[in-house]
Amino acid sequence: MRTLLYLLQKEFKQIFRNKAILALIMVMPVMQLLILPLAADYEVKNINLVVVDNDHSTVSQQLISTIIASGYFKLVDYSQSYERSLKLIESDAADLILEIPADFEKNLIREEHQQLLLAVNAINGTKANLGGSYLSTIIKNYNQDLRLKIMQGKEQKSTGIINVVSSNWFNPEMNYTAFMVPGILAILVTMVGGFLTALNIVKEREVGTIEQINVTPIKKHHFILGKLIPFWILGNVVFTLGLLISWIAYGIVSEGSLLVLYSFIWVYLLAVLGFGLLISTYSNTQQQAMFIMFFFMMIFILLGGLFTSIDSMPGWAKLLARVNPVTYIIEVFRMVILKGSGLKDILPHLGIVSLIALVLNSWAIRNYKKTA
Amino acid sequence: MESIVVNGISKWYGKEKLVALKNVSFTVNHGEIFGIIGPDGAGKTSLFRILTTLLLADEGSATVEGKDVVKQYKQIRNEIGYMPGRFSLYQDLTVKENLTFFATIFNTTIKENYHLIKDIYVQLEPFNDRRAGKLSGGMKQKLALCCALIHKPTVLFLDEPTTGVDPVSRKEFWEMLGKLKEQGITILVSTPYMDEASKCDRIALIQNGSILATDTPNAIRQSFDLMLYKAKSHNTALLLKDIRHYSKNLYAYAFGEHVHITFKAGEIDIEELKMNLIERKHHDIILEPDDATIEDCFIQMLRA
Repeated sequence: MRTLLYLLQKEFKQIFRNKAILALIMVMPVMQLLILPLAADYEVKNINLVVVDNDHSTVSQQLISTIIASGYFKLVDYSQSYERSLKLIESDAADLILEIPADFEKNLIREEHQQLLLAVNAINGTKANLGGSYLSTIIKNYNQDLRLKIMQGKEQKSTGIINVVSSNWFNPEMNYTAFMVPGILAILVTMVGGFLTALNIVKEREVGTIEQINVTPIKKHHFILGKLIPFWILGNVVFTLGLLISWIAYGIVSEGSLLVLYSFIWVYLLAVLGFGLLISTYSNTQQQAMFIMFFFMMIFILLGGLFTSIDSMPGWAKLLARVNPVTYIIEVFRMVILKGSGLKDILPHLGIVSLIALVLNSWAIRNYKKTA
Repeated sequence: MESIVVNGISKWYGKEKLVALKNVSFTVNHGEIFGIIGPDGAGKTSLFRILTTLLLADEGSATVEGKDVVKQYKQIRNEIGYMPGRFSLYQDLTVKENLTFFATIFNTTIKENYHLIKDIYVQLEPFNDRRAGKLSGGMKQKLALCCALIHKPTVLFLDEPTTGVDPVSRKEFWEMLGKLKEQGITILVSTPYMDEASKCDRIALIQNGSILATDTPNAIRQSFDLMLYKAKSHNTALLLKDIRHYSKNLYAYAFGEHVHITFKAGEIDIEELKMNLIERKHHDIILEPDDATIEDCFIQMLRA
């Protein structure tokens, strides 16, 4: 016990002396949480629109001003011909072309039927997709308004319109930051825990200090605990810092109990630290550890459900996501922070993460004994 | 009584079975300074790592203070001090912190064993609060020795402690080892410097993983059974070439500022050689018998 205390004391001394790492631990969460959620926004704004108006009627004018008034679109050109506007798409100055045919108003009123052409530059998939659907929705709404106006006085046609009213539960305003900030916080905790543990232990091997430690009567489990406990505590510090920032900067207050959130983090950190430990037993230099860690971090983050929904992934990816600890922390964060889930609701997550922690740590300890 | 017994140790690395140690056997007595002398890559560090329980031998067995290096490694770790060839203390901890750390993990204090490290530590004390990484090479070496000694080990393993250290510090270092020996500590030390061999009580010459000879430095020198002359002239480089040219029955090599010539007694007439050299326009020629050093013995053993 005394040995362990002394190992911990030594470890903290070293951490507090390494100013660069210390700054990184403190500054990274602050900067990333303040900047990234603002930039990594799913809402698409400033879509460059070209309108080819062959009609020049009141209706076409109204339609265009409705579109611009929505705020999502920027009219970059009011073009004469479709060919000319296509040039703009080619030079990447425009994302969308809306072509209004000649006699649009006349035919719409006379024949009660008209077509519009929507051409989308699909190089930026997200922008094209969302821009296209925004525009269709706006046109649809405008069309309904128009119908009501024209039909006034006339007998209502019998075809009923299904009107869908949706309501966003747990995040009524579809507040993007409420969704993104907990996710980024989850990744931060993972990175700090995993990278620091792996690099720290490999550093001892690289510098050769592990050699000196190994000829002493220090027990392996003391040495490993001496490494894990400081980073477990640091993980908690980063997490607390992150929670404070989400509260101060974004007004995100957890709906659920903080204790539930923390008890999950405590178990989750064990899993992440175990992973760092495992990587360290397979690497001889900090460079190797860094690259292996990056490799897995990329997979963890992209398959973690932060940016894309896991439900829409192919089967094999879903399987991978199920053994990815990041998946669970992001889910739990969203459940507890947005939905106010209790301990009972996250028990399955807690169970699986405990299992992951157990497997990773025992694997790492077994492997550590073999190599050292 | 023996402190270290090495019995037929072999070690090879990798799939190609690169041999690091080949059937190495020797014993080290209590309280003696035993030197492992050999060039880089001879297998010295592998041997040290096996004896300090950091590496498993592929064949053979060894005991330290009567304890098996494989089965009783835990007890051995309590009793030995090891100073690896590479400086491996915490560079971001201060001198005092490093020393306290190693004292504490052995359940002791600096105070308790201060008498052991006193002579070395007095030189370090002014730098107590300096980080180990910022010390000079010689100071690092002293700190490493202090850390290896702080728990009062009965056997001290020093892997190339004087490599990369200036001549004055080297001399000091060997004097310190002499004092430690007086305290009854067995010291196993390796070095690539042949001139340090005479400072040891007994030495083992090692090359390519095999031990060539084990004995006291004097006995090894006396076992040298060839004639040995040292030679010098105004142009020693040319002299070496000319001597080699003179006869196939002699072996000549550069030795410091001299050329050493070895041959079997009676096979070479030194006066005739001298005449030959004068004919080849050498002047200021010195050509006289010399005592064999450990290096001469080593060279002879390598040729045999």
